[in-house]
Amino acid sequence: MAEEKRIVLRNYGKIDPLSIDDYINAGGYKALEKARGMEQKEVIDEVKNSGLRGRGGAGFNAGTKWGFSYQTPADQKYVVCNADEGEPGTYKDRIIMENDPHSLLEGMAICGYAIGATVGYIYCRGEYPYVAEVLQTAINQAKEKGVLGDFDIEIRLGAGAYVCGEETALIESIEGHRGEPRFKPPYPGVAGLWEKPTVVNNVETLVNVPVIIEKGADWYKSIGASSYPGTKVFTLTGDVVNKTFFELPTDVTIRDLVFTMGGGIVDGKKFKAVQIGGTSGGFIPESLLDTKVDFDSMAAIGATLGSGAVFVMDEDTDLIDVIERITKFFEHESCGKCAPCREGTKRLHENLQKINSGEATTDEIALTEKLGKVMSRACLCGLGQAAPAPFLTTLKNFRADYDAKLV
Amino acid sequence: MADYKEIINKFRQVPGGIIEAYNAIQKEYSYIPEDAIAVAAKAFKVSKAEAYGVASFYSYLKIGERGKNVIRICESAPCHIAGADKVVEALEKELGIKMGESTPDGKFALEFAECVGQCQATPVITINRKPYGDVTAEKIPGILAEYK
Repeated sequence: MAEEKRIVLRNYGKIDPLSIDDYINAGGYKALEKARGMEQKEVIDEVKNSGLRGRGGAGFNAGTKWGFSYQTPADQKYVVCNADEGEPGTYKDRIIMENDPHSLLEGMAICGYAIGATVGYIYCRGEYPYVAEVLQTAINQAKEKGVLGDFDIEIRLGAGAYVCGEETALIESIEGHRGEPRFKPPYPGVAGLWEKPTVVNNVETLVNVPVIIEKGADWYKSIGASSYPGTKVFTLTGDVVNKTFFELPTDVTIRDLVFTMGGGIVDGKKFKAVQIGGTSGGFIPESLLDTKVDFDSMAAIGATLGSGAVFVMDEDTDLIDVIERITKFFEHESCGKCAPCREGTKRLHENLQKINSGEATTDEIALTEKLGKVMSRACLCGLGQAAPAPFLTTLKNFRADYDAKLV
Repeated sequence: MADYKEIINKFRQVPGGIIEAYNAIQKEYSYIPEDAIAVAAKAFKVSKAEAYGVASFYSYLKIGERGKNVIRICESAPCHIAGADKVVEALEKELGIKMGESTPDGKFALEFAECVGQCQATPVITINRKPYGDVTAEKIPGILAEYK
């Protein structure tokens, strides 16, 4: 039986987000103090050993990422918080930042200490100016109290570009450029913001850090799935009864998410499909609902955990119409830097329009599948690589829906 | 209204501050005046082409005039299946313009947006980035009245 476990949302509803005293009274900034009493390497090892993996979607071990920047000598290093959550159906980082901004600042400051950075940036998506205001208030309070020591945090507001969630595109944007992803290597850990070693972590990842420092790696590691420990904040959308957010250990199943927590489908209708991880995630049929949600279990069924968005569709949903809509999203959001994505997203959308309007043959579906497979290998960044996933996974799991739309 | 030159000047020392400057100009004007691109290019020591390239890259930035109150309708998948198309129809009817246009009195601009992160209450619209959730065709006149 799935039950909520609040680590990331530990202070949700318990403190006034705009009061630093509330946060401190709840034990806030103690972990930062503790970290500063440890060797930098010890802090990194603690995070590494906890098994904490990136909550933005890529799932890379956070402590290992920190280690790259720690090891790279430089006169300046940076901590960048990726608060550009643009995956449709995702609003977890907003919930975290609106309700507990100081936990994020504390997580960033601990990272800063560990890698030797004195400057942090929060790249907040342009859709959230009201969140940026909460964060700025928190930063001002922390400066006034002196709790951050010599660590400075600045907010940068995005301007509506999904691709800026990709860490190197995000860095380009902070530098004042078009948000186009860079060729890797070098990775940001070695040469990131203004060519300096830079850790880019998602909001949810960083908010886990103070608790890990406070309670230890072993405690954290014992929660959830062994290969992806801890909790995950999920946001439920679509035709589900409880359209809200939950924080759950990472060893729950998709069925737990949709039925136990989500309360099932609205109006007593039947389940059709669920897309997890945002609009680039795979579409999952009923037969796979007992899959665990952790990063590796999801990858094993050709799906993703991604950002933790859970988009539920009932039996009346025209899946092909949804896929057409999603391909339009990617055509719009492709930055245009690499040809497989620039051209691929456009053709994918064109073909889906044709399929959805009943003008396509099996040959055209096969050609579109080929295009999708090429894109998933040939595109420069995660955007283009993931763009065909909704189409490819529905083709695999819901083939009859496509056949019903053939000429 | 603050002059865009003053706004740009405020950010010229900020590393990579051109996007910050553009965002701040839009807060005043609701768009980026075309002449501001050349001024920004000079202030941030980049070519006009680059300053234009940055402004035209981001979908929330708009070069050239548009209505004062920018209404955006999310058309991402969760809003799509929740009936965003009906909200589009209602807005077009209420304002007498099509998506992508501005009202002749310069009060409103109507645009599509992708996910604005308020998916607990689909479909969602934003006006000047302020979100309104669970929007229906019936609610539109009431919401717009706040801005008339």
